[in-house]
Amino acid sequence: MAASARQVFAKENPMTSVPPIPIGASKETAQDLPLRMKVTDLNFYYGKVQSLFKVNLNIATNRVTALIGPSGCGKSTLLRTFNRMHETLAHTRLTGQILLDGDDILRQDVTRLRRRIGMVFQRPNPFPKSIYDNVAYGLRVNGHKGSLNEAVEHSLRRAALWEEVKDRLNKSAYGLSGGQQQRLCIARALAVDPEVLLLDEPCSALDPISTAKIEELLIQLKENCTIVIVTHNMQQAARVSDFTAFMLTGELVEFNPTPQLFTTPTDPRTEAYITGRFG
Amino acid sequence: MTVRTIWRKSLNAVMLSLTGVCALVTVSALFVILGFLAWNGGRSIHWTFFTNLPAPTGEVGGGIANAIVGSAKLLLIAACIGIPIGLIGAIYLAEYAGATWAFFIRYAADLMNGVPSIVIGIFAYSVVVVSMHHFSALAGGFALGVMMIPVILRSCEEFLKSVPRSLREGAMALGASKWRTILTVVVPAASGGIITAILLALARVAGETAPLLFTAFGNQFWSSGLNQPTAALPVVIYNYAMSPYDDLHQQAWAAGLVLLGLVLVTNLLTRMVLGRQTAQGR
Amino acid sequence: MGTLSTTAGPARPVSRTQALLNLLRDGDELAHAVTFAFAATILLITILLIYELWINSGLARHKFGFSFFYTSTWDPIFGQFGSWPFIYGTLVTTAVSLTIAVPLGIGAAIFLSELAPPKLSRGLSFIIDLLAAVPSVIYGLLAVFTLVPIMRSDIEPFLKKTLGFLPLFKGPAYGVGFLTAGIVLAVMTVPYIISVSREVLLAVPQDQREASLGLGATRWETTWKVVVSYAGVGIMGSIFLSMARALGETMAVTMVIGNQPKVSASLLSPGYSIAAVIANEYAEAAGNLHLSALTELGLVLLLLTLVLNALARILIIMTARKGSGVQGQ
Repeated sequence: MAASARQVFAKENPMTSVPPIPIGASKETAQDLPLRMKVTDLNFYYGKVQSLFKVNLNIATNRVTALIGPSGCGKSTLLRTFNRMHETLAHTRLTGQILLDGDDILRQDVTRLRRRIGMVFQRPNPFPKSIYDNVAYGLRVNGHKGSLNEAVEHSLRRAALWEEVKDRLNKSAYGLSGGQQQRLCIARALAVDPEVLLLDEPCSALDPISTAKIEELLIQLKENCTIVIVTHNMQQAARVSDFTAFMLTGELVEFNPTPQLFTTPTDPRTEAYITGRFG
Repeated sequence: MTVRTIWRKSLNAVMLSLTGVCALVTVSALFVILGFLAWNGGRSIHWTFFTNLPAPTGEVGGGIANAIVGSAKLLLIAACIGIPIGLIGAIYLAEYAGATWAFFIRYAADLMNGVPSIVIGIFAYSVVVVSMHHFSALAGGFALGVMMIPVILRSCEEFLKSVPRSLREGAMALGASKWRTILTVVVPAASGGIITAILLALARVAGETAPLLFTAFGNQFWSSGLNQPTAALPVVIYNYAMSPYDDLHQQAWAAGLVLLGLVLVTNLLTRMVLGRQTAQGR
Repeated sequence: MGTLSTTAGPARPVSRTQALLNLLRDGDELAHAVTFAFAATILLITILLIYELWINSGLARHKFGFSFFYTSTWDPIFGQFGSWPFIYGTLVTTAVSLTIAVPLGIGAAIFLSELAPPKLSRGLSFIIDLLAAVPSVIYGLLAVFTLVPIMRSDIEPFLKKTLGFLPLFKGPAYGVGFLTAGIVLAVMTVPYIISVSREVLLAVPQDQREASLGLGATRWETTWKVVVSYAGVGIMGSIFLSMARALGETMAVTMVIGNQPKVSASLLSPGYSIAAVIANEYAEAAGNLHLSALTELGLVLLLLTLVLNALARILIIMTARKGSGVQGQ
């Protein structure tokens, strides 16, 4: 019990200091790498309707894993179970197991879990506060030792937003453009130093330039953060992710290193989707 | 768990329960009111209460017959003022008005809605009582009618607007002129909502006391016609409650029960019918 | 074959009766005019209302000027009218009612919007709307016979015992007074705070809550720091609305405030309010000056409630706009 607690709290897990590997350059599978999260036999129900069917998935540490699939395939539903966001809705139920560093997330205290797993949403949703207060929110609520100013600056730098906002930290977050607001939301999520960052179609409401900036950002972030991204844009998945999971009507159809999935998919349904025959 | 987390979680539990307490306290107020009225007022309700006139001071056994009839008279006059202006005004706003006039008329109606009822009483006094040189049912009815107008106007406008375009277009495509369409198609389609709006407005002014204090003024006896001071249920409740006689206090409770009963039943029925009509829930 | 002529021949002269019949048959011009006339009477009545109040208060306004508002002698017999005690009483009772109603109302609204399942929330809101429909005189009736005795025998003595060192709670416990009136006003205005605040809270976008929860905040922290602060402007609007109602509230107040034109720091003291003095004295006013002074008070009440209602509407509109126009550019 104590050992797993140490494991959960320790930031200096020797297995996380794996050097980042350029996209496409390796043929490693998720089995070779240390796993930050492991999903086993996950079934999800909205009331009586089942929307996820026996999902098994490994999320590798410090890598980007993309979830792709047509609308309604359950990729967002799956993502939201990772930080137990589904519990904000009534009548949801899941069976199966989701492990974070070996510990069942369903047994942990949910507010502390959500500190360790951050989330960025489809539409930018900054609070109606200043830029500074948005980033500082998570720190203040969870209690932060040390300088708040430094932590806010650090997060904004990680989100590649510092230079653009450093002179107007006290201004309202709503004065930023859409792309900037989304990077602010990323900075806000990063401020509490999560181990995993979940992004639910983060660029779907943004213009191409902002999208490119955020994709660049994600590639840099994965050095010390595990990233799971849901996207309906296959090119984005191909550009950004190390591993891709293809889902269809609630099932995980294929899960492979990205280069492999996009060039030589093992399942015919995957091939049909990526060649544009549906979705 | 750190101390801070324990604190946050306890605060969470405490504050969330407190909000539940607040809701409970507020909601139970209605039942407390009903309870007291039923308990204290129920005892004095019998047949003679509704058919007798008030007894001379000091004697027991009076009733509120004239107050009930008086209130009915006042509501009738109020309806004759409030309904035509409110409903036809609403038709204007919903069907004919351009942006500027609509803005001013709605603004005026909202203004009127926010005026305290006692100030409306002063207005009715200045306009009606002064011209007639005495208190009258007309003055009281006028005050209540003025209060009804904005309520009816705004709700009827909404109901008329919510009649689907397709209905209007269907009628006009058959050659009906605009006023015909409104009269024969739109208004009937919105009729449910219009009736509930009228009933709710009536229920609201039925309970108003302040504007009647120096317009209808009150009457120990029957008032004939519209030109005399008239008794009204809420005014009787007020006067009896403030009097030094126990018997009158009892009657005040009973009259209060009658008044609240009428108001609540009207509200309950109309709101339930309304709820079923409008598809959008909250 | 040539083109069809589309121009009509010279117009046939139309008789006046024919023109009138055409108008009636066409009808719409007439209907427009008629409905406009009815709608315009609303404007007329409103203007007339303000006009009458202004004119009829002229006597008192010219005689006393601004001293009307800060002098305290109200003597109908000698024709001296200073309304400060009534203004004071109105302000104090409104303040007391807000102190009680605002936390209670916002708390209940939070429960209804954030915690209660939708059906319960709708059901309880329905009951609270019914509370708003209860006539003022009924609240007064209950207050006089049930609240005042309790205040006199239990609550006020308790307050004197525990907090009697404060000037707020000095003096005999009559049962009637500013505190009792404030409590009754609080009960009467809380439904308005709840129903508007609940709407405004429900309108806060769900993703604001999710963003906060996603950062590890508790539900209370999310509600207080994000949801309520997002809806803050609208909630302010609901408070102004309830202030406007409290100011104009007549019957229940006059039944429990004691009806004495006293200015006292103690909440236990009897007092008077603007609406109450109008209600008590208007019908039997001694002469034109008296009537004019009372009308001037009515004018004051009108202006105050108008301003507050306008502010409330602006604030509530501002919240509605916030929801739609914020995201991105």
